[in-house]
Amino acid sequence: MAQMNMKEAIRDAMRVELKRDPNVLLFGEDVGKVGGVFRATEGLQAEFGEDRVFDTPLAESAIGGLAVGMGIQGFRPIAEIQFVGFIYEAMDQMFIQAARMRYRSGGRYNSPIVFRTPFGGGVKAAELHTDSLEGLAVQTPGIKVVIPSNPYDAKGLLISAIRDNDPVFFMEHLNLYHAFRTEVPEGEYTVEIGKANVVREGSDVTIIAYGLMVHTAVKAADELEKKGIKAEVIDLRSLVPLDIDTIVASIQKTNRAIVVQEAQKTSGVAAEVIAQINEKAILHLEAPVLRVAGPDTVYPFAQVEDAWLPTVARISAAVQKVLDF
Amino acid sequence: MSKVLSKLPYEVQTEPVTPLSVLSLDGEVVNPDEMPELTDDQLKEIMYRMVFTRTWDDRAVNLGRQGRLGFYAPVSGQEAAMIGSEYALNKDDFICPGYRDIPQLVWHGLPMYQAFLYSRGHQHGGQIPEDVHVLMPQIIIGAQILHATGVAMAFKKKNEKRVAITYTGDGGSSEGDFYEGMNFAGAFKLPVIYVVQNNGYAITTPYAKQTAAHSVAHKALAAGIKGVQVDGMDVLAVIKAVRDAAERGRNGEGATLIELLTYRYRAHSMADDTTKYRTKDEEAEWAPKDPLIRFGKYLESKGLWSEEDTTRVKEEAKATVNEQIKKAEAVEKMTVEGLIDSMFETTPQHLEEQKADFK
Ligand SMILES: Cc1ncc(C[n+]2csc(CCOP(=O)(O)OP(=O)(O)O)c2C)c(N)n1
Repeated sequence: MAQMNMKEAIRDAMRVELKRDPNVLLFGEDVGKVGGVFRATEGLQAEFGEDRVFDTPLAESAIGGLAVGMGIQGFRPIAEIQFVGFIYEAMDQMFIQAARMRYRSGGRYNSPIVFRTPFGGGVKAAELHTDSLEGLAVQTPGIKVVIPSNPYDAKGLLISAIRDNDPVFFMEHLNLYHAFRTEVPEGEYTVEIGKANVVREGSDVTIIAYGLMVHTAVKAADELEKKGIKAEVIDLRSLVPLDIDTIVASIQKTNRAIVVQEAQKTSGVAAEVIAQINEKAILHLEAPVLRVAGPDTVYPFAQVEDAWLPTVARISAAVQKVLDF
Repeated sequence: MSKVLSKLPYEVQTEPVTPLSVLSLDGEVVNPDEMPELTDDQLKEIMYRMVFTRTWDDRAVNLGRQGRLGFYAPVSGQEAAMIGSEYALNKDDFICPGYRDIPQLVWHGLPMYQAFLYSRGHQHGGQIPEDVHVLMPQIIIGAQILHATGVAMAFKKKNEKRVAITYTGDGGSSEGDFYEGMNFAGAFKLPVIYVVQNNGYAITTPYAKQTAAHSVAHKALAAGIKGVQVDGMDVLAVIKAVRDAAERGRNGEGATLIELLTYRYRAHSMADDTTKYRTKDEEAEWAPKDPLIRFGKYLESKGLWSEEDTTRVKEEAKATVNEQIKKAEAVEKMTVEGLIDSMFETTPQHLEEQKADFK
């Protein structure tokens, strides 16, 4: 098995699928010759040719719409939106047109598209490059939303996304691209979309997270362990569909939970997770489920980013609060 | 068999255009009719600003490498486009810039230390002083084009003899916002100038992959506004074109799209490597068009500039940049509480509560 970082794993997933299925296409701004601003697609144009892997003009709505049009003609586009803040330009095509193609055509057409985009804070990028905009996608019926937290999952989930006959919004955390390497199998394998992963077992409290926050949550759990508190950490992996069963099973054991997200607090993924916990597991709870999230401001300029993002200390404090309730 | 017409009588034709130049590569006036009216002092001022800006750009790149600046998009090569176009404006004309257009902002009145603060990711960088008529640099490519269109409509409705100017690149001219803005300006006959600095690349994507249009200037045709192509390495041609466009705007004659053919010597931003997508030949082809050399030769021939002037301005620029970066570094750091209070005129209760997490 090879050791890969998350970026290499993502590239490998695309390579495997470009090779396997001639209908898979990859396009976006600067993805071709130089392989993208993060080199996530490096070498793919050289390997598969300009017909399959190509640069587009600078126009996100057109990138999204091109994917929709090609999708209904039998291609399986992987469309890259260069940075997350630019999805607004493509939102009509991604979240309205692609997401309701199956519905509008009564199943005659579908959108077998993956929209890939990097996001995620802590890298001091320019404005609108790092915001956690998954909540917008999650509010959109008809599109799946996947956020991997490690190289193994990233490759397996991306292959699943490419093979999925519905549109998938695949978000890649900037701070995880090069963070660490893990064993990643060569060739094909899939990780099922819609299945959460219990990354750390514990009996006192459940910490639910996704993306980079899984790692912050694990660090917090390590800290808590020193105080004798055993936290279970769940990596959601996909936000739509949401694996509520794994969450409920955990809460039945721990009776307490918190949800961690980088995104602003109000009406986000954490709020949805808590609503579903209330619907399915309220009698198992010993305390209200708390959120650790960014405050309801715009994603801040670089200067205050580190203070703004959820920290180990804030997660630990929230855990302490639900334990002391 | 009917004859196949190479050109159908009803086919819309557009011929390639010839860009406007005033100076030759040797700094001789080749197009005296288009020479903008400028006093000797003004000519020297323009050169001063270009040399200053080149030095400042060099310093900024170094400061970036030292981690004293954050996001920064280099400008060397584009001085004639940036400085000439700003110089052609009145102080109360309004600038809606893209992320690279920091020099225009500073020469229009934004204190340099604030430009540095913006780069360092500090909110105060965008707190534009009352008497400076600019927006902070826009990150979303194309968004500023629509803002300029709105500002121009406001000027028109208020009967003010002011124009709005906005900048983007050849890449930006592919965005939907670009077409939508120009189309509005045509339909409402607005006093706005759309400047496209065509430096041949959008990050790594070359012009030929960006559009099949002969020129960006042609894109004005469909919007029903005036479109011109200008040698963007020739500061006098730039000034002439922008002055004309501003005059047309002020006279109620509507909008202009100005394509400035230019070149940036450095990479798109601090992060990419030009050797992966540009050739040495291409760089060599652009080198003699350098706006500083060319305009410098012209001024030297008139006895208005010398090597010593360049040295003096460089020293002055270095000293200013040093002083301004120190000033930026001395500004108090932002806090999350301050950020929360900047969201609404009166901070609502739920946000007041959220401050508790950041005490
Ligand atoms: C809506 C949007 N899409 C993509 C980007 C990322 N991006 C930043 S600069 C750039 C290329 C811009 O090229 P051009 O307009 O030609 O200007 P230049 O940098 O060459 O001056 C891209 C794709 C962005 N900032 N905004």
